[in-house]
Amino acid sequence: MAPRASLTDQESLSMFVFYCPHCGEKREEEEFAYGGEAFIARPEKPEAIGDEAWGDYLFMRKNPKGWHWEMWQHATGCRKFFVVRRNTATHAVQGTWTLAEGRKAYDAEESAP
Amino acid sequence: MKREYSFWSLFKQGLQHNEGWEPAWRSPEPKPSYDFVIVGAGGHGLATAYYLAKAHGARNVAVIEKGYLGGGNTARNTTIVRSNYLWDEAALLYEHSLKLWEGLSHDLNFNVMFSQRGVFNLGHTLQDMRDIERRVNANNLNGIDALVLDAQDVKRRIPLIDISPNKRYPILGASFQPRGGVARHDAVAWGFARGASKLGVDIVENCEVTGLDIGDGRIKGLETSRGYIGAERVGCVAAGHSSVLARMAGIRMPIESHPLQAFVSESMKPVLDTVVMSNAVHGYLSQSDKGELVIGAGIDHYNSYTQRGSPHVIEHTAAAIIELFPMFSRVRLNRQWGGIVDTTPDACPIIGKTKVKGLYFNCGWGTGGFKATPGSGNIFAYTMANDEPHALNRAFALDRFYTGHLIDEHGAAGVAH
Repeated sequence: MAPRASLTDQESLSMFVFYCPHCGEKREEEEFAYGGEAFIARPEKPEAIGDEAWGDYLFMRKNPKGWHWEMWQHATGCRKFFVVRRNTATHAVQGTWTLAEGRKAYDAEESAP
Repeated sequence: MKREYSFWSLFKQGLQHNEGWEPAWRSPEPKPSYDFVIVGAGGHGLATAYYLAKAHGARNVAVIEKGYLGGGNTARNTTIVRSNYLWDEAALLYEHSLKLWEGLSHDLNFNVMFSQRGVFNLGHTLQDMRDIERRVNANNLNGIDALVLDAQDVKRRIPLIDISPNKRYPILGASFQPRGGVARHDAVAWGFARGASKLGVDIVENCEVTGLDIGDGRIKGLETSRGYIGAERVGCVAAGHSSVLARMAGIRMPIESHPLQAFVSESMKPVLDTVVMSNAVHGYLSQSDKGELVIGAGIDHYNSYTQRGSPHVIEHTAAAIIELFPMFSRVRLNRQWGGIVDTTPDACPIIGKTKVKGLYFNCGWGTGGFKATPGSGNIFAYTMANDEPHALNRAFALDRFYTGHLIDEHGAAGVAH
């Protein structure tokens, strides 16, 4: 990315403000705890898989430069987890969903060509 | 180019109004192909190229860099050098690096301003002090200088520090590594660049990798913003962007890229002649030769590639520094920035071969890569030249995340993450 003189509106220097889909309110980042990459499927029978598959599940991460599905917890509010689609290259936030709702949007995106 | 820096050259150039200095390194056009291509012209990448040329006789080497030389984390760290890590694998790796630091200015004929002013790691709780005892004993068993100090010792050596017992996080003592210290971050990149360039290494800036050419399970070359470059062996030393490069090769990495913020104060008269770190209150600082307090924060917990973090993290660290040094509450801050650090689950780097023949990765240094710059380049050059890990980085292969042999250095990493 080329250096730029100023930031866009979406890239303001303030902390994140997330809409908690459980509380129905916009709150500042300090109320939330980061929960990492969302929708990592736990192997159904851990005892039946090899080290490679278990290591992949436990440690390997997409870490994309761009849009990222991730979990946040409203740690000092309702304490519930929800998902955020956020751009790691610009800090733009597309939206927040409950895990069940977000899962549908995530699956649709993953299955798109 | 071939001229050595010396008192005599300084004197002679002075008489000629300093108009005769030549650029410290060449900026050639990339050749169609190389034996070795290093991706990333930060300290680690340049050191790798330098040792490939110097220790392994490689003569057809390029370092390619998407931005400018030393413009990433090399320019964004807090310059602390130490080797007081807990586990044998990590301690030996960082100690190898520290020993190289001790002769680096002489070796490179470039003053990297390595200053062994000592590093304090403060303890604030009984458990902190037990951990410090354990780590210091482990260090001593590995031949690394370290000692345990009580609060009075700390106060004697750092007169400005507040050790009063009625604080929220009172200082109970510290571990101290006398051979630790700081170095001039830019000079490290420039010194290695100059040394490598003299040995025939091509340093190509503004050259971003857009794809890796892999066929029959081996690397053949790189697609870059300046055209195709053929390569026998490719070493990726791209810090926060390692996951992006790994994906081009179809390799999964256990890395998450986070912003790590730091800031410096206005310049002041010398007030602090050592390095102070605290895991518990979460900050670390030293004073640069220019007189600025150089202060490092913890990582922002979310993934990001933006080289900036959230303001409350800075506030938290500023509070920690003032907890340690109340008189700094009136110091004004000058600049603030973030770097993108490639953190791993065990806070240790990943150095070694990949499933693609001829493709090597040196990444995952997380929050503490600067101190390892010469050692990392040294062993990675060995790994690339011999297609075989050096004894010091055998334990740091990617497969430890499948075998379970992690090297948990969160305790000694200096920053909780």
